[in-house]
Amino acid sequence: MSALVQLLGVSKTFGAASALHPSDLSFERGKTTVLIGPSGCGKSTLLRLIIGLLEPDGGTLQFDGAPITSANIAQLRRRIGYVIQDGGLFPHLTARKNVLLMATHLKRPAAGMDQRVAELCALTRFPQAALDRYPIELSGGQRQRISLMRALALSPELLLLDEPLGALDPLVRAALQKDLKEIFARLKQTAILVTHDLAEAAYLGDEIVLMNEGRVVQIGTLEDLRTKPASDFVTEFINAQRGLALI
Amino acid sequence: MRIPARRGGFQTAHRLQRAVWKPPLLGLLVTLCALSACPCLGAKPILLGSKKFTESYVLAEIAKRAVEDAGIPAEHRQGMGGTIILWEALRTDQIGFYPEYTGTIGEEILKVSPSISTTEMRAQLEKFGIGMTGELGFNNTYALVMQRATAERSQIHKISDLRNHPELKFGLTHEFLDRHDGWRPLAEKYELPTQNVSGIDHGLGYAALRNGSIDVKDAYSTDAKIGENDLVVLQDDLQFFPQYKAVFLYRLTLPPKVIAVLRNLEGTLDENRMVLLNAEAERTKNYARAADLYFQDSASPRPVRTGESLTHKLIRWTSRHLELAGISLLLSIIVGVPLGIAASRGGAMGQAILAVTGAVQTIPSLALLALLVPVPFFGISPRTAIAALFLYGLLPIVRNTATGLQDIAPPVRESAIALGLEPSARLWKIYLPIASRTILGGIKTSAVINIGTATLAALIGAGGLGEPILSGLNLNDHATILLGAIPAAVLALLVQWSFDLLDRVLIPKGLRL
Repeated sequence: MSALVQLLGVSKTFGAASALHPSDLSFERGKTTVLIGPSGCGKSTLLRLIIGLLEPDGGTLQFDGAPITSANIAQLRRRIGYVIQDGGLFPHLTARKNVLLMATHLKRPAAGMDQRVAELCALTRFPQAALDRYPIELSGGQRQRISLMRALALSPELLLLDEPLGALDPLVRAALQKDLKEIFARLKQTAILVTHDLAEAAYLGDEIVLMNEGRVVQIGTLEDLRTKPASDFVTEFINAQRGLALI
Repeated sequence: MRIPARRGGFQTAHRLQRAVWKPPLLGLLVTLCALSACPCLGAKPILLGSKKFTESYVLAEIAKRAVEDAGIPAEHRQGMGGTIILWEALRTDQIGFYPEYTGTIGEEILKVSPSISTTEMRAQLEKFGIGMTGELGFNNTYALVMQRATAERSQIHKISDLRNHPELKFGLTHEFLDRHDGWRPLAEKYELPTQNVSGIDHGLGYAALRNGSIDVKDAYSTDAKIGENDLVVLQDDLQFFPQYKAVFLYRLTLPPKVIAVLRNLEGTLDENRMVLLNAEAERTKNYARAADLYFQDSASPRPVRTGESLTHKLIRWTSRHLELAGISLLLSIIVGVPLGIAASRGGAMGQAILAVTGAVQTIPSLALLALLVPVPFFGISPRTAIAALFLYGLLPIVRNTATGLQDIAPPVRESAIALGLEPSARLWKIYLPIASRTILGGIKTSAVINIGTATLAALIGAGGLGEPILSGLNLNDHATILLGAIPAAVLALLVQWSFDLLDRVLIPKGLRL
């Protein structure tokens, strides 16, 4: 199985600060990869490079074997779903219209849309009755479910999630973690998820990419990280989160 | 009251064509392309202008009637903003003639010595294609006036007599204090005491004179108030004041018949008669009636003029007002929103847009009008007023559009990009709807300000509710002022309410929860 996304020596600096040192990385199809690390380690930057919100200073990004360029990024974005921490929902559109925005914009047949929304509601456990509410009328968890539905609406090949559960209270968070895991499994979804919570990373990720100060420190399972730490930082990072449920 | 700034200032206009009446909101939308539909003159009457004070109105009305009596249609643009606007309008062939004073022609138009001879003045005006009639017969110059009793008690008959009475209190208009042919050189020439001098409004000055708060004030020699208050005009024994002989300035290209009519008016008005006509105009608030008085002894009385009914006048003013404010607002929106979008992107371009629209706001309206009037497309038409209103309306719209767009949360912005919407779809489907409340707020501000500012249209004879307001200011007639001011205030409220309703239609529900 080939990699869906590949980074070849990709780097990014903000002014004098290096957000991402030249890095090689590949994300396999059908797998959930979790990017983890302390704040400012470059994990969000990496995600934003893939979706084209940032342009790399050096190196090449490849999607499905072809380089991502400013010419094809607009098309590629429609094959990628993107979920962020506070949803980024459009406040002037109802939940349904948020979900269907791109489908409508691309003039997809109307008949298929209702069915798709119903499927997505079932998938994300979102109550259909609340579809005509505006974002401000929804709870935080519901907003993230809508954000997820919007990202999944066009059946993207790749799903990017940037701390999607970061702003939720623990109960809602736990429920959504469980749902996400099921969704990824059911859809065989290729997903890249950014979090700073090791428990979440271990629970959702097939593979964990630990980053620090703009560099990939180690790639593997939680077990790998624990038993074969690549550096002192890995041990330190894991120990810092000890005491949490899964460790 | 006559507003002292007699060679500059406001205006009123009465006999403008009726604008087609449209319901406010509909009118606002429908008149988008109506710029070209602004009054087009059918029969091409001779246009004449006047400045914004009683005497100028009356002289113009007299000339208008004289021209009409000769079988030539004429239209009077009343009380235009001041010498510069009238002169430019005449020079650029937007009006055919208007009453002027020799002193003003020498000092302000030709900018030569006031002692220039009439022949020389004619020769210089001719270079502009302008002719000047002979004197109408009176000299409306500055004068110093006193209560008869005070003057007699102190034995004062001429200005030089004031030299020996340092106890007298001078209450002078601000314009007179500032003019280079005003108080300072006058006091110098006559060696007058200057310690007891204060500035006072022209109208209030007469009351101050009456109750003794001041003893001497400046006036115009044909001022109706002189007779009314039984005041003494002090003799200008050193001939300080320049001559302000009334004449008509006309375009040399006018039909000879019209010029002949104007020349027929030469020498027919002495000071006393002019004072009488001015008093009649101020008493009746009707310039045409005062003009009729001029013709009473000579010509056969005209058929009774049927006055326009108040309702009709109100509708005419209001509809024109809405037309001016509506068209200019639409233009402000059409230009302002895109400018605001460009400004929201920041950078040198954004800064420049905000700086320029801000700077436009600081140009005084009269100055802006004076700049636009000589431009061929504009002239003394409603277009000029619309252009000025359009410029004044830009800032709130541009600023609010820019702010509204800049205030959109980055996650929302990035979500729109990440979804794969192309830039135009992002703008139309996401950014503009989210910024709609702020943008509409700017448009609302613009609309309400526009309703208020549209009164300036009257300064160039473009009509609207400024007409009764300026006319009332000129006549010191509060009822007439209110005739314009109340509908203008009501309009502003209605516009405010309509926009509040429009908010509900145009601002997406999700933003109003």
